[in-house]
Amino acid sequence: MKQELRYALRRTLPVLCGYVFLGVAFGVLLSQAGYGWPWALLISGIVYAGSMQFALVGLITGGAGVLTTALMTLAVNGRHLFYGVTFLERFRAMGKACPYMVFSLTDETYSLLCSEQTPPGLNPDRTLLLISALDQLYWVAGSVLGGILGASLPFDATGIDFAMTALFLVIFAEQWLAARRHRPALIGLAAGLVCLLVLGQDRFIIPAMLVAAALLIPGGQPAGEEAHHAS
Amino acid sequence: MRPELHTLLLILVCAGVTIALRALPFLALGRGGQPPALVRRLGERLPPAVMAILVVYCLRSTSFAALSGWVPALAAGAATVALHVWRRNTLLSIAGGTLLYMLLIRCL
Repeated sequence: MKQELRYALRRTLPVLCGYVFLGVAFGVLLSQAGYGWPWALLISGIVYAGSMQFALVGLITGGAGVLTTALMTLAVNGRHLFYGVTFLERFRAMGKACPYMVFSLTDETYSLLCSEQTPPGLNPDRTLLLISALDQLYWVAGSVLGGILGASLPFDATGIDFAMTALFLVIFAEQWLAARRHRPALIGLAAGLVCLLVLGQDRFIIPAMLVAAALLIPGGQPAGEEAHHAS
Repeated sequence: MRPELHTLLLILVCAGVTIALRALPFLALGRGGQPPALVRRLGERLPPAVMAILVVYCLRSTSFAALSGWVPALAAGAATVALHVWRRNTLLSIAGGTLLYMLLIRCL
């Protein structure tokens, strides 16, 4: 357990930087809206979805209705629909931990798990669970801290959330270097850029995922032959 | 309804929809036995495509109107990838790229 924890701490270090910073930002925003740290704890505990939580603060202060909130959540978090597909069998094989693995599958955790290659000697299931749980712990701790601090942050850490972009870039590069065929990566890049240019930054991501998925389905390679990512 | 209760209701709705989205593939696909080949194929090919889309998503508000709108993110992104191709050390690449970004947004 100790070995797995040490390994998972090292693996999740980039997410620690990004999540604590973004979490603090969320907690500060929420406290300025009049909701203290217990609310931050509740929201980060049960919603656990970065950009949607920022949108939720706006919905709460704007007195939005239930339907608006549901539709907004569908629009912002719709991309999560695609993540489980990669881990259908892997998570089910984890038994009792499966529901939590499904619940905690954020962008960042998805990225870490996609690139996860647990070293021999460590328990893979326990390692995966620790990675997911640590990520949420960082997020919850950051938002509670932000709620407590309010707007009186002791230092200027603006820009540290670039760690998230860097994490995605590194995993993208890692997958690129390991892959024999670059079609999936290029399709994703093209779908993302074209949808961004055509649809604008607020609503391109779900169409981009749909276009990429539709283009990736054909092509007769049998499953397993291009397993260049260890999931 | 008291305002706190309404807030609580909105939080629960948001949490419910998010959980439903994350759980749907598990509820809808391949209960018992292997999921269909098409789904397996998609599951294998999606990660690189998703990672590319997430990178685009992170850089979505890049603006070419002023230097400060694109240089920090693109230079730091390029540095991250270059560092990674060079040393293949995840933490070094991420720390290097992030520090460069933090430096550039303060200078430009």
